[in-house]
Amino acid sequence: MSSKEWPLYEVFIRSKSGLSHRHAGSIHAADDQMALDAARDTYTRRNEGVSIWVVRSSEIVASDPAETAAFFEPAEDKIYRHPTFYDMPEGVENL
Amino acid sequence: MYTQGLDQQGRPAAKPDALETAEQLAAFQQRVDAEEKIEAKDWMPEAYRRTLIRQMSQHAHSEIIGMQPEGNWLTRAPSLKRKAILLAKIQDEAGHGLYLYSAAETLGVSRDQMVADLLSGKAKYSSIFNYPTLTWADIGAIGWLVDGAAIMNQIPLCRCSYGPYARAMVRICKEESFHQRQGYDILVELCNGTKEQKAMAQDALDRWWWPSLMMFGPSDINSKHSAQSMAWKIKRFSNDELRQKFIDVTVPQAEFLGLRVPDDDLEHDAETGHYRHGEIDWQEFIDVLAGNGPCNQQRMAKRRKAHDDGAWVRDAASAYAAKQAARHAA
Repeated sequence: MSSKEWPLYEVFIRSKSGLSHRHAGSIHAADDQMALDAARDTYTRRNEGVSIWVVRSSEIVASDPAETAAFFEPAEDKIYRHPTFYDMPEGVENL
Repeated sequence: MYTQGLDQQGRPAAKPDALETAEQLAAFQQRVDAEEKIEAKDWMPEAYRRTLIRQMSQHAHSEIIGMQPEGNWLTRAPSLKRKAILLAKIQDEAGHGLYLYSAAETLGVSRDQMVADLLSGKAKYSSIFNYPTLTWADIGAIGWLVDGAAIMNQIPLCRCSYGPYARAMVRICKEESFHQRQGYDILVELCNGTKEQKAMAQDALDRWWWPSLMMFGPSDINSKHSAQSMAWKIKRFSNDELRQKFIDVTVPQAEFLGLRVPDDDLEHDAETGHYRHGEIDWQEFIDVLAGNGPCNQQRMAKRRKAHDDGAWVRDAASAYAAKQAARHAA
């Protein structure tokens, strides 16, 4: 191994316009342009994308899986945020 | 392509890590039993992590080494069409290797470490790639049989409990179908050709049939990691179940080609609907895995040379990136 490992990039692909970018996988590259080219060759050999984002994995800030329950707890007990919480009177339509 | 009882290779899972509590292990098993996917940063038993790293990296290595037997025919493909197809297939194998390496990296092993383990011979790859491709018909046989066996193995892996592996497998399986069909298409053409061409196809089947059956790994009674991998839902079917499925779908395909499966004991059991097959030469399997197959040394020498020959390219890319970054900073 003559040099140190290239940075890891996460790859996000928009499969067609109108849809969001979605995580596809990751690749190693020496720089941003190489990351884009390698992502294209690795993840879109069959027209799977019309747009690619690559971002250095080290730049991603993620929530901690061990803290999942506590982190998402604030949404747990607010069932009134869902339309199904409300019983509509019989006979009322289009609501 | 190509996992093959990869879970069979290497040491059996060690006893649970001393720091893992019974509660943690039970909670983990409960998630797995509930068909919840395990994701990269989730808590997992060390033995689960080690098993996956071994299986996924060996699977990735198999894709990479698997380019060699096919690359052997790239410059001698019989037509431009066949050459373009073969090139695309080999490129897919490289892609599959990369999907799998990146999925394995989510478990905390570095790419460099995995590559180093392959080059040093510490890590294994599928035994099937240690057989030579002697004729063009072998390219057909590899697509049909080797990729066919790989599909049997890999479809259940799309439901593997480890999310990044399962997602990589979904992507791979979509592409394998092309691989298998292009192989069968080569053989259809040869079998509809001259007597010599058909004989070439038969010869390829004769040589690839048994090694393809071995791709599923040892028989269930000798399978040392299976039970734990099943419990963790890394593996969904036993080696023998998958092998049987493969035989059942493949024998009629051979008949359609007018080729004879090289197994004197092969017969259809009307009662079970399955084909019964002859004894597999497991000594051959063990020998090839141990490094004594026809092409083990050649495959490893070529991989090491390719890695060494590519060093200046990697260095140049790093130097260019450093220069650009310095210019950007200035």
